Amino acid sequence: MIEERFDAIVVGAGMAGNAAALTMAKKGMKVLQLERGEYAGSKNVQGAILYADMLEKLIPEFREDAPLERHLVEQRFWIMDNRSHVGLHYRSEDFNEERANRYTIIRAQFDRWFSSKVREAGATVLCETTVTDLAQDAYGRVIGVRTDRQDGEIHADVVVLAEGVSGLLGTRARLRERPKPNKVALAVKEMHFLPRETIEARFNLNGDEGVVIEAAGTISGGMTGMGFIYANKECISLGIGCLVADFQRTGRTPYELLDRFKRHPSVAPLIEGSEVKEYAAHLIPEGGYKAIPQLYGDGWVVVGDAAQLNNAIHREGSNLAMTSGRIAAEAIFQAKSRRLAMTKENLALYKRMLDRSFVLKDMKKYKDMPRLMHTNSQNFFLTYPQLISKAMQTYLRVDGTPKTEKQKSTLKSFVNARSWIGLFGDAFRFARAWR
Amino acid sequence: MKVERSVRVEDKLFCNRYLVDAGRPHIKVRAHTKPSPQLLALLKACPARCYDLNDKEQVEVTVDGCMECGTCRVIGEPTGDIEWGYPRGGYGVLFKFG
Repeated sequence: MIEERFDAIVVGAGMAGNAAALTMAKKGMKVLQLERGEYAGSKNVQGAILYADMLEKLIPEFREDAPLERHLVEQRFWIMDNRSHVGLHYRSEDFNEERANRYTIIRAQFDRWFSSKVREAGATVLCETTVTDLAQDAYGRVIGVRTDRQDGEIHADVVVLAEGVSGLLGTRARLRERPKPNKVALAVKEMHFLPRETIEARFNLNGDEGVVIEAAGTISGGMTGMGFIYANKECISLGIGCLVADFQRTGRTPYELLDRFKRHPSVAPLIEGSEVKEYAAHLIPEGGYKAIPQLYGDGWVVVGDAAQLNNAIHREGSNLAMTSGRIAAEAIFQAKSRRLAMTKENLALYKRMLDRSFVLKDMKKYKDMPRLMHTNSQNFFLTYPQLISKAMQTYLRVDGTPKTEKQKSTLKSFVNARSWIGLFGDAFRFARAWR
Repeated sequence: MKVERSVRVEDKLFCNRYLVDAGRPHIKVRAHTKPSPQLLALLKACPARCYDLNDKEQVEVTVDGCMECGTCRVIGEPTGDIEWGYPRGGYGVLFKFG
């Protein structure tokens, strides 16, 4: 056993773990952070968009040296059928501000930088170390961790579980359930490299301006899922994800889905001639507010993806991870500075603080959305995109058909597909889940 | 069961960095005579195509190339079909971009 005792052990060096370790180290706590990858970021996968506000609260001057790709000036949302897409674009010169609001990043590089800040703040960061179990006393209180190193048991007052979506330790210790197939999505992603001038020309960008495209429709083959295309400096992150339960049900393969997305006539020209340098896969928590587990107990707290903190509607995950990590660290520090033991009762402060933050307020707002999307996937991801696309084509194609007839046939196609009751029902349920 | 062959996953995995922990696979399939539906689902759901059928129609796993996403854990662990863990520290997939 390692005799040295720590104030806190943080498991994982992703967004949540780094935020927690940094916050506690800055406050002078004795922090040990354990990461199973060769370096922080080597096991982490994300799209990825970084929201500046949440990082600014941790590292106000991050823009000086953080590895940022492009600041976003444009957001596109595509509803796709097999041959076309109907798009909603928002582009604003206002996003060309000095302190930009959103950036694309490359996680392996960003996390490495983030980890260097954690080290600078005084935390001990130990990579290439897999935590195999939580160490618990006879009363079930968490007193530390066991690792795959020799003499690998290490003790601390509190363990911060920032172990990611799969969250092995917490589930092994029966602190929470393992994620279920209908509460996680599997996303696959490729990195497509192209000269930066080519990317800027294809996406209509100047300098470091960036664009993200989110896409839904027949590309997911009736499964609950979305595709994404993010422009980085010299590469494009392109991926697609669907619920694991849907993959299980349909027998579709993730790589075939990715390949179909890449070959779509709206996507193919964007990546033509690119060199693929990495293929990655990752789970995304999709269960929403109702899937959030117990967040604290005797000697432990759970943060980020491991706590299912992901707002699927707004595609916000890493900022919730960062914020929950920071808030957990602040709660722990408050307990410590009042000389309180790290008991379940005292660590409940973390949950109270999280309840007051945007993290749980936003999650709560969309608490009914996952069920609506997951139980109506055929309508939302197959029927409607096809109907909308057909309606647009009918509207735009000039062929001598009187407009009244066109409108009638479009309306009829919607009613035939979903019936009046179905249409009103879908609209009502959607509005209710959204409000 | 025919596994999708139109897309070559091997080519995709070829560009990834991977450190094999020889003789210590981090995922194991429980011995079986006839695979369960969950186990068969892994043949297709695994994004690295780590699962395949042997000549006795049993499901086997080869973890080289595994991206540690956890999909097989979510599907196969509750039924006891697989034993799932992370590779030892430093081993397994090493993302350059992630």
